Amino acid sequence: MGFIEVKDLKVHYPIRGGVLNTIQSYVKAVDGVNLTIEGGKTYGLVGESGSGKTTIGKTIIGLEKATSGQIIYEGQNVTNKARSRKEKYAAYNKDVQMIFQDATSSMNPKKRILDVIAEPMRNYFDYTPDEIKRKVVDLLEIVGMNAEAMYKYPHEFSGGQRQRIGVARAVASDPKLIIADEPTSALDLSVQAQVLNFMRRIQKEYNLSYLFISHDLGVVQHMSDDIAIMHRGRFVEQGSKKEIYSNPQHIYTKRLLSAIPDMDPTTRAAHKVERQRVEAEYDAQETEYYDPDGRVYDLQEFKKDHLVALQPEAPNASLQNEKVKTGGER
Amino acid sequence: MAVERSLLEVNNLETGFRFGDVYHNAVDGVSLTLKKNEILAIVGESGCGKSTLATSIMGLHDHKNTQIKGEVLYKDLNLLDLNEKLYNRIRGNDIGMIFQDPLGSLNPLMTIFNQISESLEYHSDLNEQQRKGRVLELLNQVGIPRPEQIMKAYPHELSGGMRQRVVIAIALANKPPIIIADEPTTALDVTIQAQILDLMNDIQDETGSGIILITHDLGVVAETADRVAVMYAGQIVEEAPVEELFANPKHPYTRSLLNSIPHELESDDDELHVIHGTVPSLQKLPRKGCRFAPRIPWIPESAHEENPVLHEVSPNHKVRCTCWKHFHFEGEEK
Repeated sequence: MGFIEVKDLKVHYPIRGGVLNTIQSYVKAVDGVNLTIEGGKTYGLVGESGSGKTTIGKTIIGLEKATSGQIIYEGQNVTNKARSRKEKYAAYNKDVQMIFQDATSSMNPKKRILDVIAEPMRNYFDYTPDEIKRKVVDLLEIVGMNAEAMYKYPHEFSGGQRQRIGVARAVASDPKLIIADEPTSALDLSVQAQVLNFMRRIQKEYNLSYLFISHDLGVVQHMSDDIAIMHRGRFVEQGSKKEIYSNPQHIYTKRLLSAIPDMDPTTRAAHKVERQRVEAEYDAQETEYYDPDGRVYDLQEFKKDHLVALQPEAPNASLQNEKVKTGGER
Repeated sequence: MAVERSLLEVNNLETGFRFGDVYHNAVDGVSLTLKKNEILAIVGESGCGKSTLATSIMGLHDHKNTQIKGEVLYKDLNLLDLNEKLYNRIRGNDIGMIFQDPLGSLNPLMTIFNQISESLEYHSDLNEQQRKGRVLELLNQVGIPRPEQIMKAYPHELSGGMRQRVVIAIALANKPPIIIADEPTTALDVTIQAQILDLMNDIQDETGSGIILITHDLGVVAETADRVAVMYAGQIVEEAPVEELFANPKHPYTRSLLNSIPHELESDDDELHVIHGTVPSLQKLPRKGCRFAPRIPWIPESAHEENPVLHEVSPNHKVRCTCWKHFHFEGEEK
């Protein structure tokens, strides 16, 4: 059982228009998503831009309002309550933190690092100023920075250092879940390696869970235990990392995986042929994997730890992939 | 040596930016050649000078705050000697450029047709009807569906991938023999990135242009390049054919970078390689000795050259400094 459960979450934005500015239709940014988050695990959320992955993260932490569905935290319904100041939601607020993509704009430029990192502690704990200082030094040390950094301002650091401060701040309130929204997309390769290493070390130390949102399939593969692939506001495939990467079932997942650049220049030609084959398959079979409105089907169990969004009834005989057939027969 | 005449030759290029009264070189003595029908990738992390190199070749720097030395030879011309008027005849006609941010490089108030046609108007004497034909041909070439309609559209009406295709169409308009692409796929999703890279490969096959591809993404390099130059702190530290570079990386920086790529974890303690220290800022950059030395402090000083130059270690494979012979990762036996 997970400590956070997301049930049939929907986030729809109204499109207004016409003479009376009435609601004409909705943009379904997130359209019926289920997610269970357990302690100490990393959940990768992958999708292309506009797939709704960031919206899920923002809704869990309360920066967006859910249209329908529930977010259950330790048995308590906390949907749209994350910003409530009521005492009974305080634990939820404390336990879910976020790391943003752009570390620079996520910090107040007028605050010293001490205050940046201390703010969550001041909100949730009754520490004395000395205790706070000691804790900030500890946190900075965990992300590989000196105690002097405390008295500097955000602009005095490099991008990688700032992102590490962002990690330290997220950990400051001793949370259970950190939502990391593209935490390394703006960073160079070697700096990214550093931030990812720290994130993994902290995870072990505090038994944290991550919801790791990224478009970079390589980074997600490195970080995650479980992965959900998102498209058009819905999950097309969800399961363990091994299953998703080695045995993808949905045509969209296959297409996404085949598009990852191959690090071996000698197999370039073969990789290109394979990629174009998958691309052609995607164009040919698109109607079989999406309903007539272009909506992704509901997820169904393909095997243990592996859910795929397939047509509810058995797929057409024209489908050559036998694995897909067995998936449909269930 | 030169069997095939190179398309573009850069000799000892130095681009310095002014800080107060001093110029600091962001590109510091870069020499390279681009051959016909070749994709040369320039790879490096932010601040290594790869984009400055591109803008220097294109002559996009102002002369008040920038100092450019060296040679950029194209058809017996040193481009750096040209005045603005002559340069304008080269830019867009002989050298096309593709920028990272397609929205930023398109004019929001001009239709797609006008944007592409602008460069044709300037560089060729095609009449309106002919230009229209050429624009249609270009849009087809870069794989834009319904070109007749798209021609009348404005940039905001197109998706990111489509906009980048338009930018590529503009760069190709006058069939330039040289194309410089500065991070052409960084702002795009992987599936779109794959399409754009395929497109660039196809264009190169069709037109035989030489392409300088500037990127930070080693995956993109492995997928497209023929030859690779790795840049660090304003200098090329390693240059090799792409297969050779990935199979046999020599310079400590190249090896460290390849080791930092996220991969599937083998065990719980498996960590990504982190390069010691940080990239020095332009003003604090040591101008003497091996610039990568501070990042690998466990390698003895004697391993480095006093004045590191590029050495040819095997045919077409050049490495700067001698430290690669003694290099091993920290905590690892040589």
